[in-house]
Amino acid sequence: MSDTSDHLVKSFDTDLKKLRDMLTEMGGIVEHQVALSAQAIVDRDSAAATEAVAEDPKVDALERDIEQFVIRMLALRQPMASDLRSIVAALKITGDLERIGDYAANVAKRSIVLGQFSFPYSLGGVAHMANLVQEQLKLIIDALGTSDSAKAIEVWRSDRVVDDIYNALFRELITYMMEDPRNITPCTHLLFIAKNLERIGDHATNIAETIYYAVEGEVLPDTRPKGDSSAYAVVRPRE
Amino acid sequence: MSETATSGQSQTASFGGVQARSSTQINEPRIAIRDLDFYYGSNKALKGIRLDLPDRQVTGMIGPSGCGKSTLLRVLNRMYDLYPGQRATGEVMMDNVNLIDPKVDLNALRAKIGMVFQKPTPFPMTIYENIAFGVKLHEKLSKAAMDERVEWSLTRAALWGEAKDRLNTSAMGLSGGQQQRLCIARTIAVRPEVILFDEPTSALDPISTLKIEELIDELKHDFTIAIVTHNMQQAARCADQVAFFYLGEMVECAPAAEIFTAPKQKRTQEYVTGRFG
Repeated sequence: MSDTSDHLVKSFDTDLKKLRDMLTEMGGIVEHQVALSAQAIVDRDSAAATEAVAEDPKVDALERDIEQFVIRMLALRQPMASDLRSIVAALKITGDLERIGDYAANVAKRSIVLGQFSFPYSLGGVAHMANLVQEQLKLIIDALGTSDSAKAIEVWRSDRVVDDIYNALFRELITYMMEDPRNITPCTHLLFIAKNLERIGDHATNIAETIYYAVEGEVLPDTRPKGDSSAYAVVRPRE
Repeated sequence: MSETATSGQSQTASFGGVQARSSTQINEPRIAIRDLDFYYGSNKALKGIRLDLPDRQVTGMIGPSGCGKSTLLRVLNRMYDLYPGQRATGEVMMDNVNLIDPKVDLNALRAKIGMVFQKPTPFPMTIYENIAFGVKLHEKLSKAAMDERVEWSLTRAALWGEAKDRLNTSAMGLSGGQQQRLCIARTIAVRPEVILFDEPTSALDPISTLKIEELIDELKHDFTIAIVTHNMQQAARCADQVAFFYLGEMVECAPAAEIFTAPKQKRTQEYVTGRFG
């Protein structure tokens, strides 16, 4: 996320490249984790779920490495302008990626529990949401690797759709629970899964904002397209 | 406040119709430089400079060697008058007077606009005399009033504590950092309105440097300050607005936070990130 022209100090360029590589590596693992956990839900694939959970320590370790590296660069290089922005951005993005990894692992764990239930309804909504979130994440990690602020904006705007699906799912799942109390356990897990996916989308938007600032030097407005209205949702039982 | 991009005011950029980034408050100009050209013989060292020095704020001037920033400082108090073949055209307006007009009285000008140099330049006399010397050129003070002025200047320059018991010893016995603070005291003793610092800390150790920076922070409550520095962190710490010079031109002037986090011009960006210079 910095200029193509070189620094007078070559090792600075090497450091910046290393930082970017670490971040893309972390992004790649997290992307894989999310893909695995989506597969785990949709295909009831517990092997994929186990693999997604097993990736988590790698992500945590990379986050710590990136933090250390950023602190070292800030202290030793005293970066300015675009360098400063991209180094601080790396610190923020690594935090977002770590959270995304956690959510993905949580989705995977819940999918294992979910596998123990027979569930009479379609998982189409959750699968669709998982696909969208995966797509968002893929786009944002591409944008990260190529310093593409236009692509970042695209992701930033697309989060609204994920939120809409989440709201619809929320209502749908509550209806299933009211219809048959035996649905409560699997539906609660599905609700958390949906919420986790929705949160992954939010962190992708955070990353989009950070990339935009790092590349353009301008801050996107606070009013990001938020659409999760489930906090206000009321579903009344039929008389 | 002037209306141009060089005015030091942050421009609000927008994306998708949305406003972004706040701006640092920059005061009204104390000195307004317009269309200033400067020549060393036939060599044009400053080209159409347009810059405001905001009242009681610090303007940092940065840029690679030979970019014209020290030249601009020398123009502001007419240092170049000493050298034949050097001339300036354009406007340097302060209180509705063009400072580079040959009719301007140099002594009065330099009492209004003081300068501190890279190397401390104490006179080979006592600490007291170093300060009283300049004051005597402009004012007739009683002994008591002069004592008071010396104490005031040394206090403002954060040197009183270290110097009060040795006022009548030679200034040459002071350390480098103390000598520089003495030069600052000497400058403020004549109660100028503007102080120009030409790389004031480049010959000093880190602690003395921080003391001078702290001092500049204090002094800006009463004086308009311009500081030329090669140390970008110093410019970032001290200055309210920063002007970047390159090849005799003023490329960009903006609040310090903006110059060092998100400069508008590519050349500024390359210079502050260490990609050329």
